[in-house]
Amino acid sequence: MTHTALSFQDLILRLHNFWANQGCVILQPYDVEMGAGTFHPATTLRALGPKPWAAAYVQPCRRPTDGRYGENPNRLQHYYQYQVIIKPSPADAQALLLDSYRAIGLDPLLHDFRFVEDDWESPTLGAWGLGWEIWCDGMEVGQFTYFQQVGGIATVLPSFEMTYGLERLAMYAQDVERVYDLDFNGRGVTYGDVFLRAEKESSAHNFEHANVEMLARHFADAEGECAALLNEKLPLPAYDQCIKASHLFNLLDARGVISVTERAGYIGRVRTLAKGCCEGWLAGEAA
Amino acid sequence: MPEFFLELFSEEIPARMQARGADDLERLVTEALAPLSPADVVGFYGTRRLALVATIAAGVAESSSSERGPRISAPEQALAGFLRKHNATREQLNQEGEFWLLDRVVPGEDAASLIARAIPALIRRFPWPKSMRWGGTSTLTWVRPLRRITAILDGCVVPFDLQLGDDDGHGLAASNFSEGHRFLSPGAFMVTSAAHWQQELRDRHVVVDATERRRIIADGVAALAAERQCIVVEDPGLLDEVAGLVEYPVPLMGRIGAEFMDLPAEVMQVSMRVNQRYFALRNADGAAAPYFAFAANIAAPDGGATIIAGNERVLRARFSDARHFWDLDRTRTLDSRVAALDAITFHAKLGSQGERVRRVVILAGEIAPLVGADPALARRAAHLAKADLTTGMVGEFPELQGVMGAYYAAYDGEDPAVAAAARDHYAPKGLGDPAPTAPVTVAVALADKLDMLRAFFAIDEKPTGSGDPYALRRAALGVIKIIRDNRLRLSLTKVMASFHSEEIMEFLAERLRVQLRTEGARHDVLSAILARGVDDDLTRLLARTETLAATLATPDGTNLLAAAKRAANILRIEDKKDGPHTGQPEPSLLTLPEEQALAAALADIEPAIATCLAEESYGEAMRHLASLRTPLDAFFDTVTVNDPEPAIRRNRLKLLAQLRVIMLSVADFSKIDSQ
Repeated sequence: MTHTALSFQDLILRLHNFWANQGCVILQPYDVEMGAGTFHPATTLRALGPKPWAAAYVQPCRRPTDGRYGENPNRLQHYYQYQVIIKPSPADAQALLLDSYRAIGLDPLLHDFRFVEDDWESPTLGAWGLGWEIWCDGMEVGQFTYFQQVGGIATVLPSFEMTYGLERLAMYAQDVERVYDLDFNGRGVTYGDVFLRAEKESSAHNFEHANVEMLARHFADAEGECAALLNEKLPLPAYDQCIKASHLFNLLDARGVISVTERAGYIGRVRTLAKGCCEGWLAGEAA
Repeated sequence: MPEFFLELFSEEIPARMQARGADDLERLVTEALAPLSPADVVGFYGTRRLALVATIAAGVAESSSSERGPRISAPEQALAGFLRKHNATREQLNQEGEFWLLDRVVPGEDAASLIARAIPALIRRFPWPKSMRWGGTSTLTWVRPLRRITAILDGCVVPFDLQLGDDDGHGLAASNFSEGHRFLSPGAFMVTSAAHWQQELRDRHVVVDATERRRIIADGVAALAAERQCIVVEDPGLLDEVAGLVEYPVPLMGRIGAEFMDLPAEVMQVSMRVNQRYFALRNADGAAAPYFAFAANIAAPDGGATIIAGNERVLRARFSDARHFWDLDRTRTLDSRVAALDAITFHAKLGSQGERVRRVVILAGEIAPLVGADPALARRAAHLAKADLTTGMVGEFPELQGVMGAYYAAYDGEDPAVAAAARDHYAPKGLGDPAPTAPVTVAVALADKLDMLRAFFAIDEKPTGSGDPYALRRAALGVIKIIRDNRLRLSLTKVMASFHSEEIMEFLAERLRVQLRTEGARHDVLSAILARGVDDDLTRLLARTETLAATLATPDGTNLLAAAKRAANILRIEDKKDGPHTGQPEPSLLTLPEEQALAAALADIEPAIATCLAEESYGEAMRHLASLRTPLDAFFDTVTVNDPEPAIRRNRLKLLAQLRVIMLSVADFSKIDSQ
């Protein structure tokens, strides 16, 4: 623990600096709601094909079912992931990762860092990879994956993907028990000041008020639009519709209206869209 | 004898794959180096490495062998073929008598060259359960990226690399370097022997013996628990996993805040185990203790204070989450949650969970009087049993389904029998899991499983050889175990009231047969009885099986079986010639006393056995059958069935056919293995 604890935004800036120095393109968040930073086209699509690529960005993530009305100390339905992708995976990926933790003040000689098996899989993206959860003193502070397949397509050059849960990391760096007490900017603004009200209202929306019929309709619309755009050989806007469909599915799920069997159906439909987008993207790259 | 040492050093290997990986390495290296007669093979495994040491021969000596070729007189093509096969020339041949003889010399090979040839191939086809690609385009896969190969023969590196044509094999090549603990002793060090490697690793904070790591953790957490008058909840699987997560185990203990101690013990334990790999502790009185134990992978300069504080913080967050569900779930009664099951699809063709629950309610109510349960309580229990599926806690920890239902039912003031049924109606979940015995639970558990069977059979979703996606085999075994263990008497056909009950009964009977075989019981005897038609009262079916098996175990039974088989064989052969030979034997044609005696015995017992079967007196029926032993033995001793006089032969065959019909009314004895 450092004496000059990093504010939430300083944490992001340190990571930006660290990964910029490793040659990553520093991107800004993608402007479509998504469940994980992996959905960002800079990861999903760029992981495919033979062109090297390195990028880092913050991505706001929506996990409607994780909402806790602002009452849980570290569960949120909206939070930030810090996402790094480097293709091909560098030989010193693990060392780089640990250096990045040192850069934000977590010393692996004082904290218990572990690489715990985590076979990452995104059924909706038709993607999987092998890697680990990164544990710091028993807390998962990141996820490290070597991408093996995306959109049902084997990766030609396996990428290294690292995802940091920024709020959890900041709680560690700041020694804070409750996410809402995080120092956001080092000048008195807390995370709660920024997000607590949104967590309460969005939890109510996700669990109680989201209009199920409308969500189902929008899902079908996004699905149709995605397919239509793929027909026009426009995989990037098509992929936006795919991400939208995925988020609408998550909202329906939070409302508890999707059964186990229906869930498989919805996931399969999004996967079909993702697969089409990935194929379209690769075709465009090759052309 | 030279020592061969091999270490495959990689990024972190999943804990559950390490021991198996070390076994595979031992097996494959022993096979690959077989010509060097490897001995004293010892394997090691840990978070980042598989290793192995063996003593081997210094090399394979040059050897010669002789191959006998074709006859000297054989055609030219035969000799050409022989030479081609052995890649030899005519000049190498000698004559031995009438044959060509090829003397061949197999050159010797030293151990290093054989190892260098064998190990790269072994690495490339190593059977990890799941392998991955990394970095460039090499097709060399490993469980996680492979970073170093140490290969030492008597102190010297065995030079080899993993290139394969254009494939660079990730640039990996054998060396005499290894690495110690990732954080406490980073960097490479030089290895000269297996013993040296172990000593260096010990100095570099790696306990490379998995058993020792396990012991350090088990002893350490036990000692920490004892200091607080607690004991650690036994969990060998967790211990193995934790021993695979650390190279340098440092047992530590943290405290659970008093504000969480009212959470159900199951909730705390599942959360700690599944999410954190912590060991749960109990007080001397068996109640959950306010501590948890775990193993860190470093000895920190502050004695682990930061690590403990961090882990306590994580657990507070985990328990806060559990508390959130526990409190939120109890703001509503289970009863009020039942309606929400209507919104959950059970199966596209079978409707919602709510519909399923309503079917189970009716069925449980009908089963209740047959198993000594109060029908109203059984219906209530079935009504509430699945409601916990809509609770937050079960959403978070699916393994707590049932357990939470019981807690919430008790909290709502439901009858204790209802709460118990909510908890245990999934039982038995496997072969080792005990069947429920409480009557209300039995009624709901049976109804739950029978409804599964009848519902999926109705939509033709039956298990196949390759798949059983709805776990119908488990449901069938559950039905069987509940009925057997409780010795329940009920007609399953009547209870299920399904158009497919015949098929379902056959499915149940087949599972029962497989189950008996697994137990080493007389499944052939069951088959013999099932051949007479499936009995939908499993307890009666088993009683019949046991009775028949017991009879067969007596000398009378053994002889009867032998005689029955003999009769069947004769009939089979003779029926083929001019059968069938049916109809009553004609008394006037029974010439010998032995056949008259048998005919009389058969005439006596035929109606007697029919009566016994109708009255379910199987023991009695068996005794009647067994009484046939004496006349049958006498018959076969003295009577020649195939008499030269056709009318007499025909009549004797009718006698045997009558015997077969009587025996078949009890069981199909041809299904029984002679023992």
